[in-house]
Amino acid sequence: MSKLLSVSPSPHVAGNYSVKKIMYGVIIAMLPALFVSIYYFGLGAIKVTLIAVLSAIFFEWLIQKLFLKGKSTIADGSAIITGMLLAFNVPSNLPCWIIIVGSFVAIAVGKMTFGGLGNNPFNPALVGRVFLLISFPVDMTRWPIPEPLKFSLTDATTGATPLAILKEGVKNGTPVDQLMSKMPDYMDYFIGQMGGSLGEVSAIALIIGGIYMLMRKIITWHIPVSMIGAIALFTGILWLVDPTQYADPLFHLLTGGVLLGAIFMATDMVTSPMTPAGQLVFGLGIGIITVVIRVFGAYPEGVSFAILIMNAVVPLLNKAFKPKRFGEEVNNG
Amino acid sequence: MLKTFPKGGVHPPENKLSAGQKIESLAIPKQVSIPISQHIGAPAKPLVKKGDVVKTGQVIAESGGFVSANIHSSVSGKVAKVDAIMDASGYKRPAVIIDVEGDEWIETIDRSADLKKDFNLEAQDIVKKVLEAGIVGMGGATFPSHVKLSIPPGKKADVLILNGVECEPYLTSDDQLMLEKPEEILVGTQILMKALGVNRAIIGIENNKPDSIKIMTDLAKSYQGIEIQPLKVQYPQGGEKQLIKAVINREVPSGGLPIDVGAVVHNVGTTFAVYEAIQKNKPLIERVVTVTGKSVSKPCNLMVRVGTPVSDLIEFAGGLPADTGKVINGGPMMGKALNTVEIPVTKGTSGILIMNEKEASRREVQNCIRCAKCVSVCPMGLSPYLIQQLSEKAMWDEVESEKATDCIECGSCMYTCPSDRPLLDYIRLGKSTVMSIIRARQQK
Ligand code: SF4
Ligand code: SF4
Repeated sequence: MSKLLSVSPSPHVAGNYSVKKIMYGVIIAMLPALFVSIYYFGLGAIKVTLIAVLSAIFFEWLIQKLFLKGKSTIADGSAIITGMLLAFNVPSNLPCWIIIVGSFVAIAVGKMTFGGLGNNPFNPALVGRVFLLISFPVDMTRWPIPEPLKFSLTDATTGATPLAILKEGVKNGTPVDQLMSKMPDYMDYFIGQMGGSLGEVSAIALIIGGIYMLMRKIITWHIPVSMIGAIALFTGILWLVDPTQYADPLFHLLTGGVLLGAIFMATDMVTSPMTPAGQLVFGLGIGIITVVIRVFGAYPEGVSFAILIMNAVVPLLNKAFKPKRFGEEVNNG
Repeated sequence: MLKTFPKGGVHPPENKLSAGQKIESLAIPKQVSIPISQHIGAPAKPLVKKGDVVKTGQVIAESGGFVSANIHSSVSGKVAKVDAIMDASGYKRPAVIIDVEGDEWIETIDRSADLKKDFNLEAQDIVKKVLEAGIVGMGGATFPSHVKLSIPPGKKADVLILNGVECEPYLTSDDQLMLEKPEEILVGTQILMKALGVNRAIIGIENNKPDSIKIMTDLAKSYQGIEIQPLKVQYPQGGEKQLIKAVINREVPSGGLPIDVGAVVHNVGTTFAVYEAIQKNKPLIERVVTVTGKSVSKPCNLMVRVGTPVSDLIEFAGGLPADTGKVINGGPMMGKALNTVEIPVTKGTSGILIMNEKEASRREVQNCIRCAKCVSVCPMGLSPYLIQQLSEKAMWDEVESEKATDCIECGSCMYTCPSDRPLLDYIRLGKSTVMSIIRARQQK
């Protein structure tokens, strides 16, 4: 028997899991939201998404080739996710070159400088998005009004997002209920008929994607639930204290990318804590910071900043919330 | 809800290809090689030399210390030599090589198949006989059984737990033994209970073995103090600590032993060997071995004499398949890959698993994506991704404080990792390095 046997330490079997499967699972989960935004924002949504995805893939390939060497990682699907998430976080009428700049910052600064997938402390799409928000504040806050199934590339009429209307109005002393009467009703928010970044508008589509990821065990419930819970609780208290000054919790949850952030961005496994306890605190932190920015800060929405801030805290959370070891504290009754 | 252990765990495809295959006796080979170190602890000391004539069941090497075990001849014949041969460890180690002549057993052994229920021996006599019979843990750990039966001063056992879990995929030897020798195992259980001075024993069996559960449950009714506990299928439930937690919900403290929570765990195969030793005067010279694999033409359960070459078992199962990539001594999660099939079956050989080339190759390693899957499946509550990184960087203090020493090397983390990272390879390195650092520190 001269056959050469391969020898390696155990285990000798591996489960049917892979990075690719996880990443493509996330991409599938984002499709409903993409379809809704194509429905409301037409060709603009397609154009922005395509450009963002293609340029993200291109920059990842280029940087890998020039600097990191090694095998190209573009097939793992993570660059597609970064591109899609970036697109989801910008208005659908954003000029092409700005999107490309955003993609570049997301991939080059947000991801590859740290050594590629898995090493980046911050969510790359958010790094790109916040960079654009600070560099191109005007373009980044000119929101097209949703017009179902109107497929043209001519400039759509633009308007403000509900959160911007709220912020502006409260600053001028208009009572909240008067402002609310000028806005779409909650059913529209739920379906996605409102001004906003192209992927954030439809609550129902995002929730479907979230349920899909939960079922495939790509994410766990901890981060979305604690983040949404914190926002609901915090805005709920403010609203009960003074309903003329503060909007109700449901309004906050359905607008300004809370669901997009809670389901797709805060849950990014690379940049979130390793244990359920850490994840709960992480979500809680994002929720609280979001509300603080929205209610007391200069920006109408605060999800992106809140997530980035909490991303920075993840190493600490991982130290503070270790898994409970077997036999660590024994209580055998 | 079926009981199981609460923390971590995975459920790999069970692939029990040889389930329900009757135990067949493999023909005695022309020559056997019986290693003198088939157990954890000190090697036995050979008592025979070249040219000696031995009978089946005769002691050929005696226990080399408290943690050690006697070795018996599994055949009759003439000692060809005492020499170093390759064994499952991959190293050359001393073994007694015997040319087989006939099959003449020493007279004191009762070779009949009759069930013998009654015994009247005192605890210490049982332990002594177990020691004499060279019995070791047959689930794969090969820890000398008499050591586990000798309760250290100051400790007390109140329950015996039998491991009939067989949580490794593919393996079916324990399952088949429970189906074919249930009463022997139950009598063996009573003997062990007597030895430990406990009046309660629980046999844990995973739910994917419904026939064994049924047979054992029916028969156990007439044995006082023995319960059968069906368990949800979950790997690594056969780990002592996990099994104790699953069955009686007690948690062995970190660094502790089962006896610290009043439990002693034995494998059902070991229990059968104890029955044979006490009731039939038969030392541990043969065992059930599963021969299996997806390309194996005849997956089977064989009763094999210790020292038989593994290649004989494979021949019986239809020969080594052409697409063989790896041969594993044990199951796919914790077994050891062999570099040759010309090694002998030992007391700890629970199965021979043949994997084809495709199954045998590891997938390409990617970056850790911090998905936390390894953390959530670790039954010991460790952070495998972190220990791996720390070991790779040789940061041993950190490896120690992350409790790499708690790792039971079950492989669940590596099995689950989507990036196919070599987690356990590095954790093992970290664990053994830290253990030697700790030993050195204690010696100072
Ligand atoms: S770290 Fe050790 S105990 Fe934990 S899953 Fe990995 S091999 Fe098993
Ligand atoms: S399972 Fe693998 S990829 Fe996921 S955290 Fe652990 S080591 Fe990293």
